[in-house]
Amino acid sequence: MPRRIVSSIQNIGHRVIESTWRLGVASRFFILVLLKSGTSLRRFNLVIRELYFTGVLSLIIIVVSGLFVGMVLGLQGYETLQKYGSESAVGTLVALSLVRELGPVVAALLFASRAGSAITAEIGLMKATEQLAAMGMMAVDPIARVVAPRFWAGVISMPFLAAIFSVMGVFGGYLVTVVFIGVDEGSFWSQMQSAVDFRFDILNGFIKSCFFGVAITAIAVFEGYDAPPTAEGVSGATTRTVVTSSLVILGLDFILTAFMFRGVS
Amino acid sequence: MQRTTMDLWVGLFVIIGIAALMVLSLKVGNLNVYNPSQSYAITGNFENIGGLKVRAPVKGAGVVVGRVTDIQFSTQTYDAVVTMSLDSRFTFPKDTFASILTSGLLGEQYIGLAAGGDEVMLKDGDKVMKTNSAMVLEELIGRFLFDKAAENDSL
Repeated sequence: MPRRIVSSIQNIGHRVIESTWRLGVASRFFILVLLKSGTSLRRFNLVIRELYFTGVLSLIIIVVSGLFVGMVLGLQGYETLQKYGSESAVGTLVALSLVRELGPVVAALLFASRAGSAITAEIGLMKATEQLAAMGMMAVDPIARVVAPRFWAGVISMPFLAAIFSVMGVFGGYLVTVVFIGVDEGSFWSQMQSAVDFRFDILNGFIKSCFFGVAITAIAVFEGYDAPPTAEGVSGATTRTVVTSSLVILGLDFILTAFMFRGVS
Repeated sequence: MQRTTMDLWVGLFVIIGIAALMVLSLKVGNLNVYNPSQSYAITGNFENIGGLKVRAPVKGAGVVVGRVTDIQFSTQTYDAVVTMSLDSRFTFPKDTFASILTSGLLGEQYIGLAAGGDEVMLKDGDKVMKTNSAMVLEELIGRFLFDKAAENDSL
Protein backbone atom coordinates (compact mmCIF):
# COMPACT_ATOMS: atom_id res chain seq x y z
CA MET A 1 0.00 0.00 0.00
CA PRO A 2 2.66 2.64 0.87
CA ARG A 3 4.41 1.67 -2.35
CA ARG A 4 1.38 2.60 -4.42
CA ILE A 5 1.10 5.94 -2.64
CA VAL A 6 4.79 6.64 -3.25
CA SER A 7 4.49 5.72 -6.91
CA SER A 8 1.41 7.91 -7.41
CA ILE A 9 3.24 10.85 -5.80
CA GLN A 10 6.16 10.10 -8.09
CA ASN A 11 3.73 10.18 -11.00
CA ILE A 12 2.51 13.65 -10.04
CA GLY A 13 6.08 14.90 -9.62
CA HIS A 14 7.08 13.46 -12.98
CA ARG A 15 4.21 15.22 -14.74
CA VAL A 16 4.95 18.57 -13.10
CA ILE A 17 8.63 18.35 -14.01
CA GLU A 18 7.73 17.28 -17.54
CA SER A 19 5.33 20.16 -18.15
CA THR A 20 7.69 22.72 -16.59
CA TRP A 21 10.45 21.40 -18.82
CA ARG A 22 8.23 21.73 -21.87
CA LEU A 23 7.25 25.27 -20.92
CA GLY A 24 10.92 26.18 -20.60
CA VAL A 25 11.73 24.67 -24.00
CA ALA A 26 8.80 26.58 -25.52
CA SER A 27 9.99 29.90 -24.01
CA ARG A 28 13.54 29.34 -25.24
CA PHE A 29 12.19 28.49 -28.69
CA PHE A 30 10.08 31.68 -28.66
CA ILE A 31 13.13 33.81 -27.81
CA LEU A 32 15.15 32.00 -30.49
CA VAL A 33 12.45 32.82 -33.08
CA LEU A 34 12.52 36.50 -32.05
CA LEU A 35 16.32 36.61 -32.25
CA LYS A 36 16.41 34.97 -35.67
CA SER A 37 13.58 37.00 -37.23
CA GLY A 38 16.03 39.53 -38.68
CA THR A 39 16.32 37.49 -41.88
CA SER A 40 12.59 37.28 -42.44
CA LEU A 41 12.19 41.03 -41.90
CA ARG A 42 14.96 41.77 -44.37
CA ARG A 43 13.65 39.28 -46.95
CA PHE A 44 10.07 40.41 -46.55
CA ASN A 45 8.68 38.42 -49.50
CA LEU A 46 8.98 35.32 -47.28
CA VAL A 47 6.55 36.95 -44.85
CA ILE A 48 4.29 38.11 -47.69
CA ARG A 49 3.95 34.52 -48.93
CA GLU A 50 2.89 33.41 -45.44
CA LEU A 51 0.59 36.43 -45.06
CA TYR A 52 -1.26 35.12 -48.08
CA PHE A 53 -1.78 31.69 -46.51
CA THR A 54 -2.60 32.81 -42.97
CA GLY A 55 -4.28 36.18 -43.57
CA VAL A 56 -5.89 36.30 -47.01
CA LEU A 57 -7.18 32.73 -46.95
CA SER A 58 -8.70 33.29 -43.48
CA LEU A 59 -10.69 36.29 -44.77
CA ILE A 60 -13.72 34.30 -45.94
CA ILE A 61 -14.36 32.55 -42.63
CA ILE A 62 -13.75 35.78 -40.66
CA VAL A 63 -16.07 37.88 -42.84
CA VAL A 64 -18.90 35.33 -42.88
CA SER A 65 -18.76 34.54 -39.17
CA GLY A 66 -18.45 38.23 -38.26
CA LEU A 67 -21.57 38.99 -40.29
CA PHE A 68 -23.57 36.22 -38.66
CA VAL A 69 -22.38 36.97 -35.13
CA GLY A 70 -23.41 40.61 -35.61
CA MET A 71 -26.79 39.60 -37.01
CA VAL A 72 -27.49 37.27 -34.07
CA LEU A 73 -26.38 39.95 -31.60
CA GLY A 74 -28.72 42.44 -33.27
CA LEU A 75 -31.67 40.05 -33.15
CA GLN A 76 -31.16 38.96 -29.54
CA GLY A 77 -30.36 42.47 -28.35
CA TYR A 78 -33.47 43.82 -30.05
CA GLU A 79 -35.68 41.13 -28.49
CA THR A 80 -34.49 42.03 -24.99
CA LEU A 81 -34.16 45.80 -25.36
CA GLN A 82 -37.59 46.35 -26.90
CA LYS A 83 -39.16 45.11 -23.65
CA TYR A 84 -37.77 48.25 -22.05
CA GLY A 85 -38.58 50.46 -25.00
CA SER A 86 -34.94 51.23 -25.66
CA GLU A 87 -34.41 49.30 -28.88
CA SER A 88 -32.37 52.18 -30.31
CA ALA A 89 -29.60 51.22 -27.87
CA VAL A 90 -29.10 48.01 -29.87
CA GLY A 91 -26.32 49.72 -31.84
CA THR A 92 -24.44 50.38 -28.63
CA LEU A 93 -24.89 46.79 -27.52
CA VAL A 94 -23.69 45.32 -30.82
CA ALA A 95 -20.72 47.68 -31.20
CA LEU A 96 -19.48 47.47 -27.63
CA SER A 97 -19.70 43.70 -27.36
CA LEU A 98 -17.99 43.27 -30.73
CA VAL A 99 -15.22 45.83 -30.31
CA ARG A 100 -14.37 44.94 -26.73
CA GLU A 101 -14.78 41.17 -26.62
CA LEU A 102 -16.29 39.19 -29.46
CA GLY A 103 -14.24 40.71 -32.27
CA PRO A 104 -10.80 39.89 -30.87
CA VAL A 105 -11.80 36.64 -29.12
CA VAL A 106 -13.94 34.93 -31.78
CA ALA A 107 -11.61 36.06 -34.56
CA ALA A 108 -8.69 34.63 -32.57
CA LEU A 109 -10.48 31.32 -31.98
CA LEU A 110 -11.27 31.05 -35.70
CA PHE A 111 -7.74 32.08 -36.58
CA ALA A 112 -6.31 29.40 -34.26
CA SER A 113 -8.35 26.66 -35.86
CA ARG A 114 -7.99 27.93 -39.42
CA ALA A 115 -4.39 29.17 -39.59
CA GLY A 116 -2.72 27.91 -36.40
CA SER A 117 -3.51 24.27 -37.15
CA ALA A 118 -2.25 24.71 -40.73
CA ILE A 119 1.03 26.20 -39.50
CA THR A 120 1.57 23.32 -37.06
CA ALA A 121 0.73 20.65 -39.62
CA GLU A 122 2.99 22.21 -42.23
CA ILE A 123 6.02 22.60 -39.97
CA GLY A 124 5.42 19.20 -38.36
CA LEU A 125 5.24 17.47 -41.73
CA MET A 126 8.36 19.30 -42.92
CA LYS A 127 10.09 17.93 -39.85
CA ALA A 128 8.68 14.41 -40.35
CA THR A 129 9.86 14.30 -43.97
CA GLU A 130 13.26 15.65 -42.83
CA GLN A 131 13.03 18.83 -44.90
CA LEU A 132 14.11 20.85 -41.85
CA ALA A 133 17.13 18.58 -41.33
CA ALA A 134 18.00 18.93 -45.04
CA MET A 135 17.89 22.72 -44.71
CA GLY A 136 20.23 22.49 -41.75
CA MET A 137 22.62 20.39 -43.87
CA MET A 138 22.64 23.15 -46.50
CA ALA A 139 23.53 25.69 -43.79
CA VAL A 140 20.09 27.29 -44.04
CA ASP A 141 18.70 27.93 -40.57
CA PRO A 142 15.19 26.38 -40.53
CA ILE A 143 14.07 28.69 -37.72
CA ALA A 144 15.01 31.81 -39.67
CA ARG A 145 13.80 30.46 -43.03
CA VAL A 146 10.63 28.51 -42.08
CA VAL A 147 9.49 29.39 -38.56
CA ALA A 148 10.07 33.16 -38.24
CA PRO A 149 8.17 34.21 -41.43
CA ARG A 150 5.14 32.18 -40.33
CA PHE A 151 5.31 33.71 -36.87
CA TRP A 152 5.44 37.29 -38.14
CA ALA A 153 2.73 36.70 -40.74
CA GLY A 154 0.41 35.48 -37.99
CA VAL A 155 1.25 38.37 -35.69
CA ILE A 156 0.60 40.92 -38.47
CA SER A 157 -2.63 39.42 -39.80
CA MET A 158 -4.42 38.82 -36.47
CA PRO A 159 -5.23 42.50 -35.60
CA PHE A 160 -6.46 43.12 -39.14
CA LEU A 161 -8.68 40.05 -39.04
CA ALA A 162 -10.13 41.09 -35.67
CA ALA A 163 -10.89 44.60 -36.98
CA ILE A 164 -12.53 43.17 -40.12
CA PHE A 165 -14.57 40.82 -37.90
CA SER A 166 -15.82 43.73 -35.77
CA VAL A 167 -16.72 45.86 -38.79
CA MET A 168 -18.61 43.00 -40.42
CA GLY A 169 -20.37 42.35 -37.11
CA VAL A 170 -21.50 45.96 -36.79
CA PHE A 171 -22.67 45.83 -40.40
CA GLY A 172 -24.58 42.60 -39.69
CA GLY A 173 -26.24 44.19 -36.67
CA TYR A 174 -27.13 47.24 -38.76
CA LEU A 175 -28.56 45.01 -41.48
CA VAL A 176 -30.84 43.08 -39.12
CA THR A 177 -32.01 45.85 -36.80
CA VAL A 178 -32.18 48.89 -39.11
CA VAL A 179 -32.88 47.39 -42.53
CA PHE A 180 -35.03 44.37 -41.60
CA ILE A 181 -36.65 45.29 -38.27
CA GLY A 182 -36.75 49.05 -38.76
CA VAL A 183 -34.95 50.58 -35.78
CA ASP A 184 -34.29 54.27 -36.39
CA GLU A 185 -31.02 54.61 -38.31
CA GLY A 186 -29.97 57.93 -36.79
CA SER A 187 -30.28 56.83 -33.18
CA PHE A 188 -28.65 53.48 -34.01
CA TRP A 189 -25.46 55.24 -35.14
CA SER A 190 -25.51 58.20 -32.76
CA GLN A 191 -26.02 56.11 -29.61
CA MET A 192 -23.26 53.80 -30.79
CA GLN A 193 -20.92 56.71 -31.46
CA SER A 194 -21.52 58.36 -28.11
CA ALA A 195 -20.99 55.10 -26.22
CA VAL A 196 -17.92 53.71 -28.02
CA ASP A 197 -14.73 55.43 -26.96
CA PHE A 198 -11.64 55.32 -29.17
CA ARG A 199 -9.11 54.97 -26.40
CA PHE A 200 -10.98 52.65 -24.04
CA ASP A 201 -12.82 50.40 -26.45
CA ILE A 202 -11.24 50.35 -29.89
CA LEU A 203 -7.60 50.69 -28.87
CA ASN A 204 -7.98 48.10 -26.11
CA GLY A 205 -9.63 45.67 -28.53
CA PHE A 206 -6.77 46.22 -30.96
CA ILE A 207 -4.18 45.57 -28.22
CA LYS A 208 -6.05 42.39 -27.25
CA SER A 209 -5.95 41.07 -30.80
CA CYS A 210 -2.19 41.77 -30.99
CA PHE A 211 -1.63 39.70 -27.83
CA PHE A 212 -3.78 36.88 -29.23
CA GLY A 213 -1.86 36.93 -32.52
CA VAL A 214 1.47 36.51 -30.73
CA ALA A 215 0.09 33.75 -28.47
CA ILE A 216 -1.56 31.71 -31.24
CA THR A 217 1.34 31.75 -33.67
CA ALA A 218 3.94 31.16 -30.95
CA ILE A 219 2.01 28.06 -29.84
CA ALA A 220 1.45 26.92 -33.43
CA VAL A 221 5.07 27.16 -34.56
CA PHE A 222 6.37 25.58 -31.35
CA GLU A 223 3.97 22.62 -31.54
CA GLY A 224 4.92 22.09 -35.19
CA TYR A 225 8.65 22.30 -34.52
CA ASP A 226 8.36 20.08 -31.44
CA ALA A 227 6.09 17.44 -33.02
CA PRO A 228 7.31 13.82 -33.03
CA PRO A 229 8.27 13.04 -36.66
CA THR A 230 5.47 10.55 -37.26
CA ALA A 231 1.99 10.77 -38.75
CA GLU A 232 0.52 10.29 -35.27
CA GLY A 233 2.84 12.90 -33.80
CA VAL A 234 1.85 15.56 -36.33
CA SER A 235 -1.86 14.92 -35.83
CA GLY A 236 -1.42 15.10 -32.04
CA ALA A 237 0.53 18.35 -32.33
CA THR A 238 -2.18 19.90 -34.54
CA THR A 239 -4.85 18.99 -32.02
CA ARG A 240 -2.75 20.39 -29.18
CA THR A 241 -2.29 23.66 -31.06
CA VAL A 242 -6.02 24.22 -31.40
CA VAL A 243 -6.83 23.16 -27.82
CA THR A 244 -3.96 25.01 -26.14
CA SER A 245 -4.34 28.22 -28.10
CA SER A 246 -8.12 28.30 -27.53
CA LEU A 247 -7.60 27.93 -23.79
CA VAL A 248 -4.80 30.50 -23.80
CA ILE A 249 -6.97 32.98 -25.74
CA LEU A 250 -9.81 32.71 -23.25
CA GLY A 251 -7.53 32.90 -20.21
CA LEU A 252 -5.51 35.78 -21.64
CA ASP A 253 -8.74 37.58 -22.52
CA PHE A 254 -9.84 37.50 -18.91
CA ILE A 255 -6.48 38.80 -17.67
CA LEU A 256 -6.34 41.58 -20.29
CA THR A 257 -9.96 42.59 -19.64
CA ALA A 258 -9.28 42.74 -15.91
CA PHE A 259 -6.36 45.09 -16.55
CA MET A 260 -8.03 47.23 -19.23
CA PHE A 261 -11.57 47.75 -18.04
CA ARG A 262 -11.18 47.73 -14.28
CA GLY A 263 -12.27 51.07 -12.87
CA VAL A 264 -13.65 52.23 -16.21
CA SER A 265 -17.33 52.92 -15.87
CA MET B 1 0.83 30.84 -57.55
CA GLN B 2 2.50 33.81 -59.21
CA ARG B 3 4.49 36.16 -56.98
CA THR B 4 2.68 39.24 -58.26
CA THR B 5 -0.84 37.85 -57.72
CA MET B 6 0.12 36.86 -54.21
CA ASP B 7 1.51 40.35 -53.57
CA LEU B 8 -1.72 41.83 -54.90
CA TRP B 9 -3.89 39.73 -52.57
CA VAL B 10 -1.75 40.48 -49.54
CA GLY B 11 -1.79 44.20 -50.42
CA LEU B 12 -5.59 44.08 -50.70
CA PHE B 13 -5.79 42.25 -47.36
CA VAL B 14 -3.68 44.88 -45.60
CA ILE B 15 -5.70 47.72 -47.16
CA ILE B 16 -8.98 46.11 -46.09
CA GLY B 17 -7.60 45.62 -42.59
CA ILE B 18 -6.51 49.25 -42.26
CA ALA B 19 -9.84 50.39 -43.72
CA ALA B 20 -11.64 48.28 -41.09
CA LEU B 21 -9.63 49.95 -38.34
CA MET B 22 -10.46 53.38 -39.82
CA VAL B 23 -14.17 52.53 -39.98
CA LEU B 24 -14.08 51.36 -36.37
CA SER B 25 -12.43 54.52 -35.11
CA LEU B 26 -14.32 57.05 -37.26
CA LYS B 27 -17.77 55.57 -37.84
CA VAL B 28 -18.22 53.41 -34.75
CA GLY B 29 -16.05 55.28 -32.27
CA ASN B 30 -16.60 58.78 -33.65
CA LEU B 31 -13.04 59.91 -33.05
CA ASN B 32 -13.35 63.36 -34.64
CA VAL B 33 -16.23 64.84 -32.64
CA TYR B 34 -14.29 66.03 -29.67
CA ASN B 35 -10.60 66.84 -29.84
CA PRO B 36 -9.22 67.26 -26.32
CA SER B 37 -5.91 68.75 -27.50
CA GLN B 38 -7.29 72.31 -27.45
CA SER B 39 -9.28 72.56 -24.30
CA TYR B 40 -9.54 74.42 -21.03
CA ALA B 41 -10.49 73.07 -17.63
CA ILE B 42 -13.04 74.52 -15.24
CA THR B 43 -14.25 73.18 -11.93
CA GLY B 44 -17.54 73.24 -10.12
CA ASN B 45 -18.67 72.26 -6.63
CA PHE B 46 -21.78 70.13 -6.46
CA GLU B 47 -23.69 69.17 -3.34
CA ASN B 48 -24.58 65.79 -4.82
CA ILE B 49 -23.37 64.39 -8.11
CA GLY B 50 -25.74 61.37 -8.15
CA GLY B 51 -24.43 58.89 -10.70
CA LEU B 52 -22.14 61.25 -12.63
CA LYS B 53 -18.99 59.51 -13.82
CA VAL B 54 -15.63 60.53 -15.24
CA ARG B 55 -15.82 60.84 -19.08
CA ALA B 56 -19.49 61.87 -18.90
CA PRO B 57 -20.36 64.54 -21.49
CA VAL B 58 -20.68 68.24 -20.74
CA LYS B 59 -23.40 69.76 -22.90
CA GLY B 60 -24.44 73.26 -23.78
CA ALA B 61 -27.98 73.36 -25.22
CA GLY B 62 -27.69 69.62 -25.80
CA VAL B 63 -24.48 69.85 -27.85
CA VAL B 64 -21.42 68.07 -26.44
CA VAL B 65 -18.86 70.76 -25.62
CA GLY B 66 -16.57 68.80 -23.30
CA ARG B 67 -16.06 65.93 -20.91
CA VAL B 68 -15.86 65.42 -17.15
CA THR B 69 -12.21 64.66 -16.45
CA ASP B 70 -12.06 64.32 -12.68
CA ILE B 71 -14.34 63.98 -9.67
CA GLN B 72 -12.96 64.57 -6.16
CA PHE B 73 -14.47 64.84 -2.72
CA SER B 74 -13.49 68.01 -0.84
CA THR B 75 -13.00 67.70 2.92
CA GLN B 76 -13.11 71.50 3.36
CA THR B 77 -16.58 72.08 1.99
CA TYR B 78 -17.83 68.45 2.10
CA ASP B 79 -19.05 68.48 -1.45
CA ALA B 80 -17.91 67.08 -4.79
CA VAL B 81 -15.40 68.99 -6.94
CA VAL B 82 -15.99 68.14 -10.59
CA THR B 83 -13.35 69.10 -13.15
CA MET B 84 -14.58 69.55 -16.71
CA SER B 85 -12.47 69.91 -19.81
CA LEU B 86 -14.20 72.08 -22.42
CA ASP B 87 -13.33 72.55 -26.07
CA SER B 88 -11.65 75.94 -26.43
CA ARG B 89 -13.93 76.81 -29.37
CA PHE B 90 -16.75 77.20 -26.84
CA THR B 91 -16.43 79.92 -24.21
CA PHE B 92 -19.00 80.51 -21.50
CA PRO B 93 -19.73 83.63 -19.40
CA LYS B 94 -18.59 83.76 -15.81
CA ASP B 95 -22.09 83.36 -14.37
CA THR B 96 -22.84 80.16 -16.30
CA PHE B 97 -25.17 77.78 -14.53
CA ALA B 98 -23.97 74.13 -14.35
CA SER B 99 -26.48 71.43 -13.47
CA ILE B 100 -26.34 67.66 -13.47
CA LEU B 101 -29.06 66.29 -15.72
CA THR B 102 -30.16 62.88 -16.93
CA SER B 103 -30.69 61.99 -20.58
CA GLY B 104 -33.94 60.10 -20.82
CA LEU B 105 -35.59 58.25 -17.98
CA LEU B 106 -32.84 55.72 -17.39
CA GLY B 107 -30.05 57.32 -19.38
CA GLU B 108 -26.59 58.43 -18.39
CA GLN B 109 -26.02 61.61 -16.39
CA TYR B 110 -24.31 64.64 -17.89
CA ILE B 111 -23.55 68.23 -16.99
CA GLY B 112 -25.69 70.84 -18.71
CA LEU B 113 -24.29 74.36 -19.01
CA ALA B 114 -26.72 77.27 -19.28
CA ALA B 115 -24.98 80.52 -20.22
CA GLY B 116 -25.53 83.63 -18.11
CA GLY B 117 -25.23 87.27 -19.09
CA ASP B 118 -21.79 88.19 -17.73
CA GLU B 119 -19.32 89.95 -20.06
CA VAL B 120 -16.29 88.15 -18.57
CA MET B 121 -15.69 84.66 -19.93
CA LEU B 122 -14.56 81.58 -17.99
CA LYS B 123 -10.83 80.89 -18.29
CA ASP B 124 -8.69 77.80 -17.67
CA GLY B 125 -8.77 76.91 -13.97
CA ASP B 126 -11.86 79.00 -13.18
CA LYS B 127 -14.69 77.82 -11.00
CA VAL B 128 -18.38 77.77 -11.84
CA MET B 129 -20.16 79.40 -8.92
CA LYS B 130 -23.76 78.48 -9.70
CA THR B 131 -24.37 74.75 -9.65
CA ASN B 132 -27.39 72.53 -9.39
CA SER B 133 -27.09 69.04 -7.93
CA ALA B 134 -28.32 65.81 -9.41
CA MET B 135 -31.85 64.78 -8.65
CA VAL B 136 -31.89 61.92 -6.21
CA LEU B 137 -35.09 59.92 -6.24
CA GLU B 138 -35.19 59.35 -2.48
CA GLU B 139 -34.84 63.08 -1.78
CA LEU B 140 -37.61 63.89 -4.27
CA ILE B 141 -39.96 61.39 -2.65
CA GLY B 142 -38.97 62.64 0.78
CA ARG B 143 -39.72 66.26 -0.19
CA PHE B 144 -43.02 65.22 -1.73
CA LEU B 145 -44.08 63.39 1.45
CA PHE B 146 -42.96 66.33 3.56
CA ASP B 147 -45.01 68.76 1.47
CA LYS B 148 -48.03 66.49 1.67
CA ALA B 149 -47.71 66.33 5.46
CA ALA B 150 -47.37 70.12 5.65
CA GLU B 151 -50.50 70.52 3.51
CA ASN B 152 -52.51 68.24 5.79
CA ASP B 153 -51.30 70.15 8.88
CA SER B 154 -52.40 73.52 7.50
CA LEU B 155 -55.89 72.26 6.80
